[in-house]
Amino acid sequence: MVRDEAGRLTAALVRLLGDFALAEDLVQDAVVAALRRWPESGVPDDPAGWLLTTARRRAIDHWRRQRRYEEKLALLVRDTPPPDHPMKPAPLLRDFMGTPVEQFDEVDDRLRLIFTCCHPALGREAQLALTLRAVIGLTTPEIAHAFLATETAIAQRIVRAKRKIVEAGIPYRVPGPDRLDERLNEVLAVIYLMFNEGYLATSGPTADRRDLADDAEWLARLLVRLLPDQPEAAGLLSLVRMHRARRAARFDGSGRLVLLPDQDRSLWDQQSIASARELLLDAMRRGRPGPYQLQAAIAACHAEAPSWQATDWKQVLLLYDALLRATPTAVVRLNRAIALSHGVGPAEALAEVEQLESALHGYHLFHATRAELLRRVGRPVEAREADRQALALTRNPAERRLLEERLAVPG
Amino acid sequence: MLVRSDEEWEAMSDEERDYPAIMRWFGELAQRGVVRGGEELQPARTATTVSWDGERPMLTDGPFMEAKEMIGGFCTVEVPDLDAAIDLAKTWPARSHKVEIRPIVQH
Repeated sequence: MVRDEAGRLTAALVRLLGDFALAEDLVQDAVVAALRRWPESGVPDDPAGWLLTTARRRAIDHWRRQRRYEEKLALLVRDTPPPDHPMKPAPLLRDFMGTPVEQFDEVDDRLRLIFTCCHPALGREAQLALTLRAVIGLTTPEIAHAFLATETAIAQRIVRAKRKIVEAGIPYRVPGPDRLDERLNEVLAVIYLMFNEGYLATSGPTADRRDLADDAEWLARLLVRLLPDQPEAAGLLSLVRMHRARRAARFDGSGRLVLLPDQDRSLWDQQSIASARELLLDAMRRGRPGPYQLQAAIAACHAEAPSWQATDWKQVLLLYDALLRATPTAVVRLNRAIALSHGVGPAEALAEVEQLESALHGYHLFHATRAELLRRVGRPVEAREADRQALALTRNPAERRLLEERLAVPG
Repeated sequence: MLVRSDEEWEAMSDEERDYPAIMRWFGELAQRGVVRGGEELQPARTATTVSWDGERPMLTDGPFMEAKEMIGGFCTVEVPDLDAAIDLAKTWPARSHKVEIRPIVQH
């Protein structure tokens, strides 16, 4: 509730105030106030109106302080005119103070906000933290908790990102058609990272840690609604939903991570899988395939297979070939090698994986995959060594436990 | 700001540096009023640095910071926002350079 309204409000206020940092601060203050107040007094009848009124009050306080500051400044340098401060009440202030919340132009405002938070001039981590706060409406402590980082570190990251937006002149607008594709890729990458932070970094079904995968799905759905003509946005949403449909099978009763081959497929949410597939088919009918649609299609192959053994590996391999053409990265090659090991054979896949050593030697899944292939070709001693290397490279508790248990079995 | 490896740049011939392309770049943009000025700098080894030890000015032979890549030149442009500046930077002809974009402080 707070999340949906906060993002909408920030989006509108940035436009009305013409000041990204200020708008974001005002809404954040209002959100913090709401989270403190609402659990006691109950959610107000008009939550959006409540947040807007609170934000407006904070804005007035801010300008009062600002004017006092400018008066002080004027006393110091009498002969220069007061600085033309961008936060000075502008003509837009009337709109800000007077526009009812329903009249905020949602689609454009929201897109502007999303594209600004994910501007390529900001580092990926800054994009992610800022998007979580300004678009999703999380508080700084919530973000810090989700990343297992300190509040100070996250607060600094957000302040730095907001200052860069204001000082470097990052425009607050939806990119034009000539760069929409490029900029949309930035947004999709941020959402996908958000999803992975939540989905892969999780150490099991813990109640105390916010699930960023929820937020990523929410934002992907919002993006699909705002940009219905972009098949890659739909591809990403489908991908996220395909993965999340399997979530009940990802951990066993004692919280152990269960990998895809060993999952109890009867626990998968077939309804979610079916709707994710519909979404993907709709997107693919547009004839503009891309990495997210391809990954969703691979996830669909797994989701539809009755068992790991009965997976259509030929199809999976073809999709990986296409994905590799679209994004020729070492990680894609590594994942393709797994499909190769089932579609063709483990020896061929191992040969392929060995070529990735220099690019991926710091990536734990490179060593874990290599270990798996070495076991399958009957080289258990080297497999254990590779598992040990994988263990040394991951801090994720669920993955550590899996590797430790594997290494505990005498080989 | 144009960031380059002085060593690499000095090893290049004038043809490799392709000054005509750089001059065209300046010429066209100056005509459109986008470029307000700019200079190529001599290599950092020609630098002399003045710093202060309390009230006492001190001279150092060389740049303030030793690095492989140095500011090799600069130009001032007038554009509406960062996106426009990025578009412009992408057209800079010398591909061995990096172009660092910084807003100017308005006084």
